Amino acid sequence: MNGELILFFVLAIVAISAALGMLFSRNAVYSALFLILNFATVAVFFLLLGAPFIAMAQVTVYAGAIMVLFLFVIMLLGAEQIQHQARRGWQRPLAMLLTLVLLAESAYLIFTRSDVLTVLQPAAADYGSPQSIGMLLFSEYLLPFEVTSILLLAAMVGAIVLVKEDKKSGGQK
Amino acid sequence: MVVDWVLVLEWVVKSILLVFILLTGFAYTTFYERKLAALIQLRIGPNRAGPGGWLQPAADGVKLIFKEEFTPAEAYKFVFVLAPIITVVPAIVIMAVVPWGDMVNLFGRMVPLYLADINVAVLYILSVASVSVYGIVLAGWASNNKYAMLGGLRSSAQMLSYELALGLAFIGPILIAGSMSLMDIVEAQRNVWFIVYQPLGAIIFYIAMLAEVNRAPFDMPEAEQELTAGYHTEYSGMKFSLFFMGEYIKMAAVSGIFASLFLGGFRGPFVDQLPGLGPLYFFLKIVASLGVMIWIRATMPRLRYDRLMAFGWKVLLPLALLNVLVTAVVIVALGL
Repeated sequence: MNGELILFFVLAIVAISAALGMLFSRNAVYSALFLILNFATVAVFFLLLGAPFIAMAQVTVYAGAIMVLFLFVIMLLGAEQIQHQARRGWQRPLAMLLTLVLLAESAYLIFTRSDVLTVLQPAAADYGSPQSIGMLLFSEYLLPFEVTSILLLAAMVGAIVLVKEDKKSGGQK
Repeated sequence: MVVDWVLVLEWVVKSILLVFILLTGFAYTTFYERKLAALIQLRIGPNRAGPGGWLQPAADGVKLIFKEEFTPAEAYKFVFVLAPIITVVPAIVIMAVVPWGDMVNLFGRMVPLYLADINVAVLYILSVASVSVYGIVLAGWASNNKYAMLGGLRSSAQMLSYELALGLAFIGPILIAGSMSLMDIVEAQRNVWFIVYQPLGAIIFYIAMLAEVNRAPFDMPEAEQELTAGYHTEYSGMKFSLFFMGEYIKMAAVSGIFASLFLGGFRGPFVDQLPGLGPLYFFLKIVASLGVMIWIRATMPRLRYDRLMAFGWKVLLPLALLNVLVTAVVIVALGL
């Protein structure tokens, strides 16, 4: 148990530093790399919690697929160097205000409803195994699963329609 | 918690052994490739260093160590050094879930001949493979060279595209074996290899795997004629040889995965009586798969980039989807 606690704190420090590094890095490629590190650390957290399936899915989907596309776009557009841009005056106070609201909300929840957070059932032995996740997805959560599928399909079709050449106007614009 | 030190020692020894075999195996894979390609193209191949040229890999290694390490002035130094490491590490760790034998009795102790038999082994392979894209992309970007950059971008698009077909080709064996653990998949092939049930899946997997490791005819990221040397244009000395090492270790690793999924892994005649034969069969299957890769490289020309993408998305992906559908329907219909 003690070793697990030490591991947790080391991982937490890595995750938070990676998140901060992402925010404060002046180079968009480095920001993306910090974000990948953060995703990988979160995957290790899932492993610690005994959820290998989610851990692997986290690495494959976020670190492996989505962030590669992010990097791809950043590099292709050559947008890695952030210029000293003009101040958008109203954004900073608004961001601070929203952050404070979020912090207050979470603090309120943690302090007033801590009883809800503690009564966790111990997980079943095969909890988080590919079989049990598959069974749950196709029985209890069938409707949300199918709705998500349709949503992703719609996004996919939308992306193809958007980049499709207009045949009538002769292709090149 | 009581720690079983003998178990820890066993894991350490097995890990070191695996890494050592992969690192030396890499050198002899290059030799194998040069000799076999020479044979196919009616040449002699390396024959100067040592008897029959067998010391050639050692000579190459020594040469690469003593070459000058050059870092371009405009390169992003940290990422430039990081990229070769990111390329090699996934290639080595991916072998952790591939079983190369069953239990053997060593010094009165039953030792399993695999590092980890996890129930998400296939997902682990996919996630490690998807991370290995970064090495090449970052090498291209950090070099600050337009050829390297183009090579890196091409490879990221190519590997992402073929990863989909690769992932779908995994599903056939998973469906038949009913498990994501490679050990269970190998065990399910006790009588019949899955290449018999899944010929299309095996072919799709092999093609996608060639594209994943950037081998000819998909060696687009390093197309010499158009991109000088692609993503590793600016690399020299040991940093270059790390990319080289990554490519050849990946070749061996994906061959091992292919053998486990479709060729029965370490299964073969008399393995149940003599478990020590398992690694031997597994090794022979890897060598055979590597041979086919080298054969393809020695005979096939490189694909044009748009054709390569069109092939991946319009031919391989629909075929892989069809394969999954047919496999699932047949399994349900037969009530397996």
